[in-house]
This record gives sequence, structure tokens and C-alpha cells, in this order.
Amino acid sequence: MASPYRFIGKTTPRKDAREIVTGRANFLADRKFPGMLHGKVLRSPHPHALIKSVSRDEVMKLPGVEAVLTWEDVPNWKGGTPRCTRILDRKVRYVGDAVALVAADTEEHAKEALRFIKVEYEVLPAVFDIEEALKPGAPQLYEDFPGNVVTPGVPFFGPKNLKEVVRGDVERGFAEADVITEGTFGYENMPNPIPPEPPGVVALWEAPDSVTLWVSNQASYMDTVILSHIMERKIQPRTIGGPCGGSFGSKYMSWQVQCYAALLSRATRKPVKLVLTKEEHLASFTLRPASRMSAKVGMKKDGTVTAVQGTWLIDTGYYSMTTQSQIAVGCGEVQIMVQCPNWDLKPVIVCTNRNASGIVRGFGGQELKCCLIPLLSLAMEKAGVDPFEFLKKNFVRPGGGYFWRDGIWYNHRGIDHTKAMERGAEVFGWKEKWKGWLKPTAVNGPKRRGIGVGIHGSADIGEDSSEAYVRLHPDGTAMLFSCVTEHGTGQVTNYIRMVAEVLQLPMERISITPPDSLINPYEFGPAGSRGTYAIGAAIIAAAEDARQRLLELIAPRLKAKPQDLDTVDGVVYRKDDPGVKIPWKAMAVDRTITGYGRFDPDYSLVNCMMTFIEVEVDTETGKVALLRVVNATDVGQIIDPPGLENQLNGCLGSAGIDSAIFEEMILDRSAGRMLNANMIDYKWRTFPELPVIENVVMETPFPSHRFHAVGVGEIATSPGPSAVLMAVSNALGVWIHKYPVTPERVLKTLGKTGSGKGGAA
Amino acid sequence: MEKRKSVRPVAFLKKGEDTVVRTQKLTRKKARATERISLTVNGKIHEMEVGTASHQIDPAHTLAHTLRETLGLTGTKVSCDHGACGSCTVLMDGKAVLSCMTLTIECDGKRITTIEGLSDPETGELDPLQQAFVDHTAFQCGFCTPGMIMSAKALLGENPSPTEEEVKEGLSGNFCRCISNYHVVKAVLAASGKGR
Repeated sequence: MASPYRFIGKTTPRKDAREIVTGRANFLADRKFPGMLHGKVLRSPHPHALIKSVSRDEVMKLPGVEAVLTWEDVPNWKGGTPRCTRILDRKVRYVGDAVALVAADTEEHAKEALRFIKVEYEVLPAVFDIEEALKPGAPQLYEDFPGNVVTPGVPFFGPKNLKEVVRGDVERGFAEADVITEGTFGYENMPNPIPPEPPGVVALWEAPDSVTLWVSNQASYMDTVILSHIMERKIQPRTIGGPCGGSFGSKYMSWQVQCYAALLSRATRKPVKLVLTKEEHLASFTLRPASRMSAKVGMKKDGTVTAVQGTWLIDTGYYSMTTQSQIAVGCGEVQIMVQCPNWDLKPVIVCTNRNASGIVRGFGGQELKCCLIPLLSLAMEKAGVDPFEFLKKNFVRPGGGYFWRDGIWYNHRGIDHTKAMERGAEVFGWKEKWKGWLKPTAVNGPKRRGIGVGIHGSADIGEDSSEAYVRLHPDGTAMLFSCVTEHGTGQVTNYIRMVAEVLQLPMERISITPPDSLINPYEFGPAGSRGTYAIGAAIIAAAEDARQRLLELIAPRLKAKPQDLDTVDGVVYRKDDPGVKIPWKAMAVDRTITGYGRFDPDYSLVNCMMTFIEVEVDTETGKVALLRVVNATDVGQIIDPPGLENQLNGCLGSAGIDSAIFEEMILDRSAGRMLNANMIDYKWRTFPELPVIENVVMETPFPSHRFHAVGVGEIATSPGPSAVLMAVSNALGVWIHKYPVTPERVLKTLGKTGSGKGGAA
Repeated sequence: MEKRKSVRPVAFLKKGEDTVVRTQKLTRKKARATERISLTVNGKIHEMEVGTASHQIDPAHTLAHTLRETLGLTGTKVSCDHGACGSCTVLMDGKAVLSCMTLTIECDGKRITTIEGLSDPETGELDPLQQAFVDHTAFQCGFCTPGMIMSAKALLGENPSPTEEEVKEGLSGNFCRCISNYHVVKAVLAASGKGR
């Protein structure tokens, strides 16, 4: 069938392509301001200590040093949920915690100054393990969190915000089960998404109560909202976004980095640039939460899950800003994956003395499933159930429901994802390859192949609110006002594409405002795969509103009613007689027309990604080679073919599939230091090791917006890790339940050698 | 259990200290021999004094620093600053080098090409490799792209018609976290044999 669209679904160069390939894309580190200072952070060498004293006498004499700030100099700004983490505190809670801030005329001078600040600490005992932190007598990180248990709940999600999954009757569920399995499973390797551009900011404090920040974050409008809360609503932060050199969720928030620069600018009244080094990025910025779950599941012979009961422990590091949100969403997503009537799943967020966890693609659901699917697999093995059939059977179908993050029950009113799953299985050759649990698909000498499958789906594609304006100009051009930054998905171009389709105006004639919070309306930002549906809907509505106003204005000139008119290429014409037409200029050369659009949250649509994995394990070296990945999804309507393919290929990196194979942050659990906080020791996949990836994308129209599309980018990373574990177990013929499956772990599992430790275990 | 301790806190960049020491030794030798260095960047000759004043090239300055901060050529991106990720790749006499691991004072007499030097300065026409990256959407966030293109440029300079495996090997030092790698390989193959 021919496409009904002129722009949607067409491959066009990205709007920013020329800037990117010529090096002219102006990333944060490329920006310079007159009189700009450079900020640096002195970081704690102790995982837990009280600061007894800080001496800065020598520092202020050094050339170029303009400010040194400690906890005694700064206002009582606090972040975290609830807000208990001071921007600089008398207490340090991890190796890398901020002790003092320095601003100097050059980066070298600022770095040098750090060496001259003398700090006296009173070292406190520290705790690095979730369960150790919960024990009586464990070192306490905060007075506000007795027992190191972080207060559950996210007020932003509403009064009933989801804190656990408790429904039905688990006892009855277990009584109905044919098989019951239980155990403790973890996803604790804390992979780091490592966007290539580290977190950074330039801040300029403008007296007395306003600060402008040039940010490189994923959601530049939300920086304003978040900072306003942290700054006790006494300051008016303005944030101006720019190209974002990768985020994968992690740079949705950089409140600490932003506050450091703001405080230094407040002290000096000069613009201050503060960009983390890669070592700081890895060792002191947020990483994926660590999960450990002790649970029990009941299953019938046909793969019906009758009960899930357990405790989900989440290590959030030294504070939580979003971990409660990740739990709420993860709890919703697990119900989407397993349509079970009986649940008793209780999360507990625990703080420990390492750098904090934060947002990463997969947002809670990936963490939870990486623990739950191995447990379900044991039950599937006992019940003799094929995992593909199991995942297909248990995923939400139209009419099926779930409690979402706001604690409200929703019924999925979207499409049936079964078709995409079956098409994926066909392309992968699942039926031919599947030989049963713990059976390799092929054995060739010491090399054994195995397959696995995973799934993820989320109702966050309609999360939160977006607003946009579209302004039409008499010269036949239009401008989109939307506070979105380009962070890699290509969505900025796609929003222009959507406006172009509504207005039937060439994309070259449409521009977008800079992502400046001062000039644009509210925008939650691209997160949770909400870009296509939620942001898209607001932008489409704004373009439709502008179009309607244009037609109303022009109607009398063409002696017609607005509904009898249409517009194309900057000309309004009568549908019954296209020869009767007039250019937009007829609106008057001293007039513009502005349309407004808004999207309100809608949690009744679910996206889905199923990932099939084939691995080859060398039983002599222990190496796991990822041979083939098939991602299967249904997006309703493809908006941007190469952009979508790129996003799906992203399943490997950014703490995705490779977090099951070799990616991990290795914490020295005696000293509290991250041992591999650099990009040589932190392992990442190189070009020669790329597996074959096939993306199966279906287009069953979704009841979303006028283009019937939904997003899937965020979730591409999520089904893979548990599928890898399954594939490796099948290849070896023995269960392996720890991430990542390093050569050491594989050899240990085979009883061949060593301690079996991935670094973190 | 409380211990009292007074220690000098450390910043994360321990490697810096080591680097500086090596640099200073080098400097003494080099600075005496040449007080000025000359490098050609994108066809333009830059004569620069070596020294520690703000207008001079500090012996500790990396080529990445000089390109970005002194010459304002910010197209060269620094990501790991450690020689691991390839973001800062530029061409030195046609070969790919990591500008974050190269000291500027070691570049005397060298011919450097950065991403800014690939397109036609008169017409703005893109190099066929750059055009292939545009045509194949061979990037997502775009931060690693200049380094990726420069590595590919060096590869095509040495091997104008590489196989897919050779392209992958040639780019094995370049980190792309978005995983645009698949599109990059297609773009490089499309541009092969057509490079200037």
C-alpha cells in the first residue's frame, strides 16, 4: 500500500547532519564565554567520613584562583527523594563525594588548586553491600533514613504512587501452581551508560536571584524545574540546552554538576564552566541501580504464572533522586510482562557508600526483569515450557491491565504485540533452534552455541506532559517552539517532520527554537520512549491549532468556510477548487499565527520489544561471543527509518546487552573505590566484535496520535541481558545466574578454574 | 572505631602528575632546541612559541588542547582524554593519531588535518566521506562522529577499497555508545574508492 504521507516514514538527512559531520555542532565543552572561569571539584578519598576542617589559606594565594567553596559557604540546597542530600555537606558518603569547589581562570589552575586544599577527616566505617547495610549496627548514611532504608514513594507521581506490587492472593496462587521455584537473583554489576560527552555545564549567576545555565542534558526544560526545587524556589534558573553528546537516561539530570557551577558563579559573578573528566564521570556520576531479589514464583504446566512473591532490594548508592521512580515504573512493567493475578512483590531501596545510582535506559524494569526472568526460567524448565511461548503468552494483550506508576489501574487499549513476537521468532528461527532447557543448539568441539529470549514493554510511552507552540509566518515558513534537545535519537528532525506533515510544508521551511526554558513551554523531555507519542502529540496539536487559525483567518478572503480550505507549501486553497488559492502572506506581513498544543499523560498504551539472542561459548577460554541479535517490535508507524534502526542497534551499548557479557563497574569493597573508572579498564564493544543484528519492525496502527506511532528507543537495551544469561546457560547445559558472564565466571561454572569472580562479585 | 586521619585528598586524574613529569623532561630538551614550533593545520601554517605564558604553547599541552583551546578548532572532540575512545582522532601527515595523547611540542613541522579541514573551504562542499555519513545517518548523538570520520579518512587513505572486515578493524579504536557502528560501516564502504 502506498504511504499516505509526504514526510512521515521518509528517509531524509537529519537537520543537524551537516553540523555533526563537519565538527561544527556546538557541544557544551566547545562553548566559550568572555571572562569564563573553570570549576573543579575536590573529591573525598574516603567512602564515609566527617570533615573536621578545611584549610584554604594556601589556595587563595595561587595564581588565577577566584573562589574556593566548602560546605560552610553554601546555601542549604538539597537534592534527592526526599530531599536530604546537601549540595556540599559536612559528611562525605562515598569515594568521590564533593568536599570543595574551586573556580580559577584556567582549567590547569583550578586542577592545581585542588592539591593545596588541606582537609582533615574523621573517617567513619562504611558499608558497600545491600544486605550488610540493612543489618542492625551497620554504618548509617543519613539520620533521615534509619537502617539505610530510603523513604519509598514519588510524590510527583500522585497520592497513590506505586511503591510495590501487592494484589490478589499469593497463597491461593501458589496452591494453584504446578511448579514452584524460589531463589535469590541479582543484577548488581552496575553497568555505566557512559555517554561520550561527560556531564557538564556553564553557569552565569545574574544578581540577585537568577542564574542562567548552558546545559548539555537530555531534558533541558526539566533542569529548570529540578534546580528550582533544589534552590528552594528562591532562584529563577534559566536553562539553555544544546546538542547532547549521549545520555541514555543518565544525563536526564546533572543537578549536582549544575549546582556546583552555579555556586561558583554566584561567588565570582563570572561564567563558570564545569565539565567532569571521564574518571569523574565513571566514578562519581550516576550509574545503573544494583538489584537483588529473593523471590518465589508459582507456575502452571501451560506457563500460566499463578503467583509472584518476593523482596526486591535496590542498592541506590549514596543517595536516590530517581530510584523510587524507577521502582514504580519497574513494578508497572513487570505486570505488563507477566499478566499474573497474585502478587506480593516488595521493593526496598537501600543506600550504601558508593556513587549514586540514577536513570539509565530500561528504567527499573530492566533491573527487575534481569532478576525475575532467571527465576521464571527455573520454573519454565520444571514445567517444560518454551520461554518464547511463555513470554508471548504472559505479555499484556489489549484489554489486559496493570497498575502504573501513579498506582492507578490501566487497561492496555493498544495493539496485540503477538504478531511482532511471532515474526521475530520466525526471522530468528526460534522453533528450529530451540532444543529445550539447558540444551545447546550446536556443539563444535569446545565451542557450544545457545539461544535465549527476553522481553520488555512499558506504558511510559505516554508518560508526563509536553507543550509546544507552532508559529506560522507570512513568508510561508513556520517555527516550532519546543524545549527538546537532540540527544541522538534524531527526534528534533522528526518533530519538524511531523509539523511538515500537518502543514504540508517542506521541512526546510520549518525551524525549531533553541531549547531555552525562557522561550519555550513546559517539556518533560525525551525519556521512556515518550518522544514519539507524548512530545509528538503536543507538537502535532500545536501545528493543527496553528493551521486551523490560519484557515479561519484566510477563509473570508477565499469566500469559504475554514473546513472547505486546505494548505500546501505555504498556500491556502479551496478543496473544491484548488485554483482558488492565496499565499500565507495574505495573513498580513505584520502578523504571525501561533498554535498551542499540549499532551496530558496517557498510561493506556504499551510498547514492546522482544529480543532473541544467539551466543557461542568457548568452553576452553570461557569467552562468550554474541553471534546474533534479533529485535522484534511493533511501532505502529515508522516515522524515521534510519533513526529507528540506529536506536534499535543501540541495544548493545549504554548498559544494555553487554551488561550481561562484560560491562561492569568494579567496586573495591574494602576501600570503596571504583577500580575501573576509565575507558580502558571499563570494557566496551569494539567494531570487530559486532554481532549480526536484525530488526523486525511491524507497523500495526496504534490508537496514539494522527500518525498512529509509538516510540521504542529507550527499551531496546532491556530484553537482552536476561536473554544472554538464558542463552549461555543453554549453551553450557548448566545454569549461570550472575551478570556479567565473564570468562572467569564461565570457567568457574564449568568447574574448570578459579574463583569465578567477575570483578564485582 | 573512629579513626582520626589527615590526608591530602586526591583528584581523580592521577595520571596527570605522571604526564607532567615526563613532559617537563621533554620540554627542557625540546624547548632549548626550538623555542618556536610550526605546524600546518588544515593547510594553514601556525608558528607558535613554546613556553608557559598564556599566549605560548605549554609543553604540557596536548594537540587536542592546542587545536581546541588555542586555535579554536572545537570540531575535534575530547571524550576519555586517555587514548581509549578515539573521539579526538586527527590526521598527522595522513596517519590517524589520538590528539589527546600527542603533545603539541612533538608536532613541530607536522601537517595536521582536523574535521574542519575535510570540506572544501571555498564551496563548503563536503568530503565524500562526510556526505556518506549524512546520507546513511551514520551517527546518533554525533559526539564521536568527527573522530570516527577522521579514523575512516586515514583508513581510506591507506586502503581506498577496504573490505567490511578491514573497515571494522580500522575503526576498532573508536567508541560509539549510541551504536551507530552499523551505519558507519555502511557509510565508509559507500565512500570507499571515492575519497579525495
